[in-house]
Amino acid sequence: MKELTIISGKGGTGKTSILGAFATLAGKSVICDCDVDAANLHILLQPNIKETHDFYGEKKAEIVPELCTNCGKCEELCQFQAIQQGQINPYACEGCAVCYHVCPAGAVNIKPHLSGQWYISETKWGPMVHAKLGIAQGNSGLLVNMVRKKAREIAREQSLPLIISDGPPGIGCPVISSLAGTDMALIVTEPTVSGIHDLERIVKVAAGFGCVSAVCINKYNLDEYNCRYIEDLAERLQVPVIGRIPYDLTVTEAVLQGIPVTTLGKGDAQGPIQELWQQVGNLLGVR
Amino acid sequence: MRIAVASGKGGTGKTLVATSLAISLAEQKKPVQLLDCDVEEPNAHIFLKNKPNAEETVFLPIPQVDYGLCQYCGKCAEVCQFNAIALMKRTLVIFPDVCHSCGGCWHLCPADALKPVAREVGTVEMGQSDPIKLVSGRLKLGTHISPPVVKAVREKEDPASIIIIDGPPGSSCPVMTAVAGTDYCILVTEPTPFGLNDLVLAVEMLRVLGVPCGVVINRDVPGQDIIDRYCEMQGLPVLMRIPLQTQIARAYAKGIPLVESDPTWRAKFLELYQRVAGEVVS
Ligand code: SF4
Ligand code: SF4
Ligand code: SF4
Ligand code: SF4
Repeated sequence: MKELTIISGKGGTGKTSILGAFATLAGKSVICDCDVDAANLHILLQPNIKETHDFYGEKKAEIVPELCTNCGKCEELCQFQAIQQGQINPYACEGCAVCYHVCPAGAVNIKPHLSGQWYISETKWGPMVHAKLGIAQGNSGLLVNMVRKKAREIAREQSLPLIISDGPPGIGCPVISSLAGTDMALIVTEPTVSGIHDLERIVKVAAGFGCVSAVCINKYNLDEYNCRYIEDLAERLQVPVIGRIPYDLTVTEAVLQGIPVTTLGKGDAQGPIQELWQQVGNLLGVR
Repeated sequence: MRIAVASGKGGTGKTLVATSLAISLAEQKKPVQLLDCDVEEPNAHIFLKNKPNAEETVFLPIPQVDYGLCQYCGKCAEVCQFNAIALMKRTLVIFPDVCHSCGGCWHLCPADALKPVAREVGTVEMGQSDPIKLVSGRLKLGTHISPPVVKAVREKEDPASIIIIDGPPGSSCPVMTAVAGTDYCILVTEPTPFGLNDLVLAVEMLRVLGVPCGVVINRDVPGQDIIDRYCEMQGLPVLMRIPLQTQIARAYAKGIPLVESDPTWRAKFLELYQRVAGEVVS
């Protein structure tokens, strides 16, 4: 079983559109949306939800007012300013349980907290695991771990050879959770100065996981100078550039219709996306 | 006045709006401070051509053990909710990457064998690209927990200036840290189902935080009214529209702020500011 994760450093580079296209090209695979903060893949793949599960990823403290003596000890020691005047702000609480341990009156309880939901669904192209982090909830890394774990279980149960995952933007905790144990990271960038600036950071992050990395330049013809710059930079960082996809309004058209761009059957991006998929397959060794 | 610029998803033009707004206000001789709180991928300095002239390191405390005092009781590992400390035979293993710096272990160690030591998690850079004061946070590579760096940037807020905060993408912890307590949040989105999906999440988050918000539609295409319909339903003002134009995308690609590639935008960004100021007052 192999796992491909698409990441991007900076957001909005077209990661999800490319992953949606891959889902249609890969043959039956497990599809996974690890961008649990702002999941978008369902818009293109229209999954049919089969199972919904609650996710209790975090813990939160609760003060029992009848027992509390207002000694102030918990407030003094909470590092996250989550306790004010004997009240706990659940959005600030990180569930560290320091208050629970220091309370002389035994007035604090630590309770599991509903922080999101995850789903197992069916799409035309294979099973899909995705999730929705609750509003204003933290710790999306744990939910990403959960989604990936389920995806692996399903791949094993159904003997599917490949898991393709849409990763979150950035380099923080959800990205780390998306990359741990993956076989290949495909980094989607664009020829903007911001894209250039972010590439080096994300390449280094991916390198830390010892997986195969490769770069795809989306909208490469937006700025041919920056595009060459990215190619040089990638060479210096020793990651291959395995795809160049042109700026093509049909990609947006597909998003508007809620379908993967490959099923639209037109536009300049089609050929290059298929070539990119070939290259990914070669590097992953799935064909 | 503290105005945050955010967007449920990345790449919608958040930095474009934040930098152009700051430049337009600065040209009116208004004191402006731009805080780049997108600490995982800070980009505002590229557009402002800003050379930082001061840098501070952001530290978080992590535990360090004094084996002369440790009694190998295992209490620290037991209280740590994040599995950041483990007792293996006669060695304490500390995993700084998952440590939340809650202090539980060093407060509760019965032998006083643990003490907090500073660990570098990022930097805050300050620069003056006359007359805009820019403060950028940068998460250190290999560290994953960005809210403390966002907090460190926000500690530099100068109340005498108009403060513009370029927030991180998404709608979870780093963004909440960046927008909490601001007077208004400008949400930048695009008129596609992706844009709408992420906008809805961002609006819900802002309601929880009690921050009023309005919407800027970037890459606007006449007739593509998916965002307008949502805003109307929710009673959210559409503050500005930036059309889908290849020349705007190209200038952005080169790192040229919109108000510099096309100065007619200055008046529109000042108008945007006036609208936001009006919304805050009402
Ligand atoms: S669990 Fe930790 S973060 Fe939450 S209120 Fe208690 S001390 Fe503060
Ligand atoms: S430590 Fe316990 S008794 Fe004291 S204020 Fe906190 S909850 Fe109340
Ligand atoms: S709690 Fe203190 S004494 Fe006990 S194992 Fe940890 S460091 Fe050692
Ligand atoms: S400071 Fe908190 S999170 Fe870090 S090791 Fe100690 S108990 Fe665990």
